[in-house]
Amino acid sequence: MNKEIALELRNITKRFGSKVVANKNVSLTLYKGEILSLLGENGSGKTTLMNMISGIYFPDEGEILVDGKPAVIASPKDAYAYKIGMIHQHFKLVETFSASENIVLGNNEPYNLKKINKRVCEIADRYGFVIDPKKKVHDMSVSEKQTVEIIKALYRGSDILILDEPTAVLTPQEIAGLFDVLRKMRDDGKSVIIITHKLNEVLEISDRVSILRKGEYIGTVNTAETNEKELTEMMVGKKVDLKINRVLIEKKKPLLEIRNLEVKSDIGSTAIKDISFYIRGGEILGVAGISGCGQKELCEAIAGLRKPEKGQIMHKGESIIGLPAREIIKKGISMSFIPEDRLGMGLAPSFSMTDNMMLKIYNEGHSPFVRRKKSRENAEALIKKLGIVTPSTETPVRRLSGGNVQKILVGREIESGPNVIVTAYPVRGLDINSSYQIYDILNEQKKKGVGIVFVGEDLDVMLALCDKILVLCHGEVMGVVHASKTTKEELGMMMTGSLDLTNVKEYGIARDSNLSEEEWSAAAAEDNTVRGEE
Amino acid sequence: MTDIKKKSHEPLFHVSKNDAAPVSKSITIRIIAIAVALVIIGILSFVLIKENPIEIFKALFTGAFIDVGTLIQNTSLLLMFGLAVVPAFKMKYWNMGANGQVLVGCLASIACMKFIPAANPEIDNNIVILCMLAAGIAASVIWAIIPALFKAFFNTNETLFTLMMNYIAVAVVNYFVFVWDKSGSGTLKTVNFSFGSPTFRKGWLFPDSDKYIITLVVAVVMTLFTAIYMRYSKHGFEVCVVGESVNTAKYVGINVKKVIVRTLVLSGIFCGIIGFLYASCLSHTVNADVGGKGFTAILVAWLAGFDPLVMVITSFFVVFINTGAENVSNVFHLNSNDYANIVVGIIFFCIIGCEFFIRYKVHFNGKKLKSAAKEAE
Repeated sequence: MNKEIALELRNITKRFGSKVVANKNVSLTLYKGEILSLLGENGSGKTTLMNMISGIYFPDEGEILVDGKPAVIASPKDAYAYKIGMIHQHFKLVETFSASENIVLGNNEPYNLKKINKRVCEIADRYGFVIDPKKKVHDMSVSEKQTVEIIKALYRGSDILILDEPTAVLTPQEIAGLFDVLRKMRDDGKSVIIITHKLNEVLEISDRVSILRKGEYIGTVNTAETNEKELTEMMVGKKVDLKINRVLIEKKKPLLEIRNLEVKSDIGSTAIKDISFYIRGGEILGVAGISGCGQKELCEAIAGLRKPEKGQIMHKGESIIGLPAREIIKKGISMSFIPEDRLGMGLAPSFSMTDNMMLKIYNEGHSPFVRRKKSRENAEALIKKLGIVTPSTETPVRRLSGGNVQKILVGREIESGPNVIVTAYPVRGLDINSSYQIYDILNEQKKKGVGIVFVGEDLDVMLALCDKILVLCHGEVMGVVHASKTTKEELGMMMTGSLDLTNVKEYGIARDSNLSEEEWSAAAAEDNTVRGEE
Repeated sequence: MTDIKKKSHEPLFHVSKNDAAPVSKSITIRIIAIAVALVIIGILSFVLIKENPIEIFKALFTGAFIDVGTLIQNTSLLLMFGLAVVPAFKMKYWNMGANGQVLVGCLASIACMKFIPAANPEIDNNIVILCMLAAGIAASVIWAIIPALFKAFFNTNETLFTLMMNYIAVAVVNYFVFVWDKSGSGTLKTVNFSFGSPTFRKGWLFPDSDKYIITLVVAVVMTLFTAIYMRYSKHGFEVCVVGESVNTAKYVGINVKKVIVRTLVLSGIFCGIIGFLYASCLSHTVNADVGGKGFTAILVAWLAGFDPLVMVITSFFVVFINTGAENVSNVFHLNSNDYANIVVGIIFFCIIGCEFFIRYKVHFNGKKLKSAAKEAE
């Protein structure tokens, strides 16, 4: 191949503090008119490296060459001067501004909105984007916001585009659309770097793949000459079995039955609208949906942290609505929700692992004092069982890496011996090995007859792991499908609301319910009268 | 490579987080901070009051030990104020109202002292004392839980609320001083000092000479109690969880409202005991100045990182510096306290400022950065 080099990195090193080496001697070449995937596990230094190209960080050592000439990129403004644009994982847009206003924000140019709108539309047409330049950002979907970010970079004349995990928040259909756009850009002579850790996407979109592991550059391969297995080995550093097993066991009676549940969000809008489903022992029910369409509120309602507006939640035939969170935990319902910052719920960051283990059991017994000994033993056992890397059981958990923190959280929930596990995003931000460990743990619990609600993001994983998948769209159920009988495309259409299976097939009502229909009606009637009195 | 360095507009130095500084290093940094403070004080003193800096330091360091009894009493008292606020601080509830809480406790105790023996001269002294203690604690607890209830149920800002409660307490005390003591002294004296009177020294805890010991004993008991409460009790654990993350606390089923109110009841009890001590043995009087240590106690708690045992050291240190600085004013016949305030200010500025260097590392461009990198490898 005799291609022109657009960007070259030579021996880039970046340290944080004196101990953390985020990038070590990384060299990378990007040609004009190609899509390069940057592959690596979480914490392997992909984003740090890209931040140095886009002017957010400055490398400690090494040099960056743009068009063959050494470049000093000390700020995002410098990066734009070198025609480099980065689309960050978390969008940096002003919510109350329109698309066009966001696009020209910070650009020192005459503010002529008509002209700007026209140019925005021109760019959009050229690459096949769909955008309304006058639409306000707060009215936009995630995918539309991403479009604004990309056009913002193109508007400033970027020839090199860096996208940090652009597909993490999109549905399969939106991903396909994005990839079409990226291909058009490539054909137009632009260079694209796409950060991801999803192998199938890497294989689909990129021309070449560069792999980072623990901050070090491992190598670059041509996409056409590689496969998932080889890439995983380069990424992880050893052979990994990529198969998720779906354990098949005999159906048990429903453990948790939810009917006509309605839950409000923090701002008072309806987050969960009249949904019904049930979960049997020994079954994993996936909950799919675009992020923020009621998953959090649903989890909180089950755990007793949020009071439902109406509807019933029956655990083994008994209503748990209105019970305090502690009573629900005692009934064996465990909820773990990994929020985006990973530490916000369920763990206390400055506490030691021992104290975090103690969080759920400290209240046992009548003594006024806590018993750390037992929790310390639990912590030690968990460290061994899950291979948690920590200096000691007394180190504050915020000093541990994300994967270890999550293992502690999920491990603790399972140690408490629950019969229903509600887990949201349990592998968020985890590396491949840790993710598979978590799937194994969940399967083990399933074998024991535990009913599991798995709120997830990665449809591939959910299709492989779950027995059934419930799809939410704006708080409404679009249907419950058998994981073995559905496809990613079907799920994607349900997630965006363009396919609604609830009319086709009866769903959410277990035939062998713990309660008779009369009892259900009585519960509903009681619910109505109680609310009537309020 | 050199090309880049020349054009680089990287800042002159950069700062990185130093999460786990060794204890020896943090102590060294603090000692350096104090040394820097002393150098500044020395230069300033020389310029301002034209005295030999060595003499000034002598007065500064010996001042606290001129009256050891008072030193113990003031340290104990300051420590108690700190202990009263520290459980709430651990919960990230910023109780600025220890002054007011002690003040109303003291007022309630004094009221018992004034009226119970007067109504029934034959009453046993112990009963009077018990009534004073109960009344003091009750008043302080009420003062402490009003803002706590508002915080728990309406999420009111506790910093402002507790702060304002101080001024209300001062106004209330001034009112009762005016009503009960028409002499206009501004101080409510209650105790009949004349021998032979049946109300003589009713409500006095111990002979005056023992007041140093009693404050010390109470402070020791309070310190041990708080240390154990925070570290080993279920209640203390809940307090820490709420301080760490309200979401996590709710998630594990902790009743956050209950924990807030309960912790402030504890603060109130501590403040009530301090108020009672003022009334029964420290001053036997009440005026708007009682409880002036509430704000200094915040400093004591912060400097100690909210550790009750470390607060013993920090409260001693704060008293030591304050008394020393006052002694400088006395020895060199400075007419106002301004000089002492400047000295105390400089020392605390340096000590609090040095926390930055304990928490973060500063690398200057070039040499130091590389040496740090080598070190790491």
